[in-house]
Amino acid sequence: MRFKDVFSIIGPSMTGPSSSHTAGAARLGRIARQWLGCTPDRARLTLYGSFADTYQGHGTDLALIGGLLDYVTDDPRIPDAEQYAEEAGMEVEFYTSGLPAPHPNTVKIELWHGERACSLIGASIGGGSVSVHAMNDFRVQISGEFPTLVLRHADKAGVLASVTSTISSSGVNIGYMQVDRKARDGEALTAMEMDGVPNPDMLKRLRSLDHVLDIRVIDLKRGVDSDAL
Amino acid sequence: MRFKHLHELNTICTAESKTIAQLMIEEQVQETNTPEADVVQQMSEYYQVMKEAVRKGLMEDTTSRSGLTGGDGKKMAEYIRKGETCSGDASALAMAYALCVSEVNASMGRIVATPTAGSCGIIPGVFISSQERFGWTDEHLVNGLFCAGAIGYVIANNSFISGAEGGCQAEVGSAIGMAAGAMVELRGGTPEQVVHAVGLALKNTLGLICDPVAGLVEIPCIVRNGLGAVTALAAADMALAGVRSAIPSDEVIDVMLEVGSAMPSRHRETAQGGLAQTPTGRKMMQKLAKPKAKRAEPDTETQGSNTTDANTTVSEADTDSQG
Repeated sequence: MRFKDVFSIIGPSMTGPSSSHTAGAARLGRIARQWLGCTPDRARLTLYGSFADTYQGHGTDLALIGGLLDYVTDDPRIPDAEQYAEEAGMEVEFYTSGLPAPHPNTVKIELWHGERACSLIGASIGGGSVSVHAMNDFRVQISGEFPTLVLRHADKAGVLASVTSTISSSGVNIGYMQVDRKARDGEALTAMEMDGVPNPDMLKRLRSLDHVLDIRVIDLKRGVDSDAL
Repeated sequence: MRFKHLHELNTICTAESKTIAQLMIEEQVQETNTPEADVVQQMSEYYQVMKEAVRKGLMEDTTSRSGLTGGDGKKMAEYIRKGETCSGDASALAMAYALCVSEVNASMGRIVATPTAGSCGIIPGVFISSQERFGWTDEHLVNGLFCAGAIGYVIANNSFISGAEGGCQAEVGSAIGMAAGAMVELRGGTPEQVVHAVGLALKNTLGLICDPVAGLVEIPCIVRNGLGAVTALAAADMALAGVRSAIPSDEVIDVMLEVGSAMPSRHRETAQGGLAQTPTGRKMMQKLAKPKAKRAEPDTETQGSNTTDANTTVSEADTDSQG
């Protein structure tokens, strides 16, 4: 089933005018912000397909900026997001590209905060739903519908076994999991959509595991920056 | 979910003496493992957002960012106050409220996607005007939203609900079918009558192309929301009177998939055909043309140790531009 429940039909509550161009864009911006873990100093957004063609009329740019500021889809500040970004000291640049993309409504988001940086490619697939295809050049497939753990770790035997056993001992079920690596023995990234919310104790235990470099929580319902956890 | 088709909704609800709203709530609780009170609370919050959008459309400036639209909901409300309407006050008020919500959407105000933002006026238009007329409680209308959601769930999973995929029949048409069916249940009709209302409404929107001028959710989207609210009321009346959809409603949904898939892409939200490409539509688009963002440069920068500019889907030699 493409649409899973009643609230994928009625909802989300959102700032108009387009569920794909506005609500979906805000969610993609928010996922990128949570991937970075804090408010970025600088953001570079490249728009593809229909996003590139019609983003200004739909306020897609404002919704993306709103998402980067951690605004939910119906935050009344979205129409004035440019001003709030300036107040937050966030510098934003937009680019368009005519290159083919995985979906007509695709955006590539690159963020910086001090020494920290991250990138993400995602698409708005209709009715406010989104799909993230890549994070820091690793392939992923996450929807943002569920609390999601994203782990950067070394590509070593046994890392995933200790990660999943730590999660299972916390009593949280993993609904979907994807692993990708840069090279054999290089850096790897694992994205896990969970049925429950990752708790601080679980995150602490995961962080202490060998070869785990970093953990981020993507959670559109709660929206907590990982630094605070 | 225990249902994928409308006839299953009817069979289960009839056998278990439930309304479609009750069944939808039970299924939502089961599917998402969320307490019933939370599920109902969420929907109740959405209903308050819809009411607020109607109020905002009636009281505040709804000029869109493009300046092309706004203020028509207020005009309709004023016209109703002045005297005799052609379509009757109930229809006219549903239309006025639907226009209001759709205009709030176009002006970047807060709405609920039902099922999409482009079709967000129809359900609030029908529901809120009917609540005032019949004196219903909010709780009753919240149940109506679950019924509408069940209908939309069937349409979305057997056909489509977005204009980009299936034309405006998928977007505005789905909303009309959802509103018509829910209205029947709100008035005390049987699940079978609900299903007929959906079929009657959808049959009348087949072939509706999505042709937004300048690609904006304004022209003709806003007026289609207004007129869609009236169609929903009319389809509900037919079903409550005992009129049946001679072609079973599930088969109508299948036809919607067939027709939408056959539509050329220029008639599916691309603004490359239909009203968007009339001489006036083209003029509006030219007038609104703004300087675009910078073209994407070749990815030669090296910013930050963790960043990788290249990616799996978009080439590094990114020199094309639409700007």
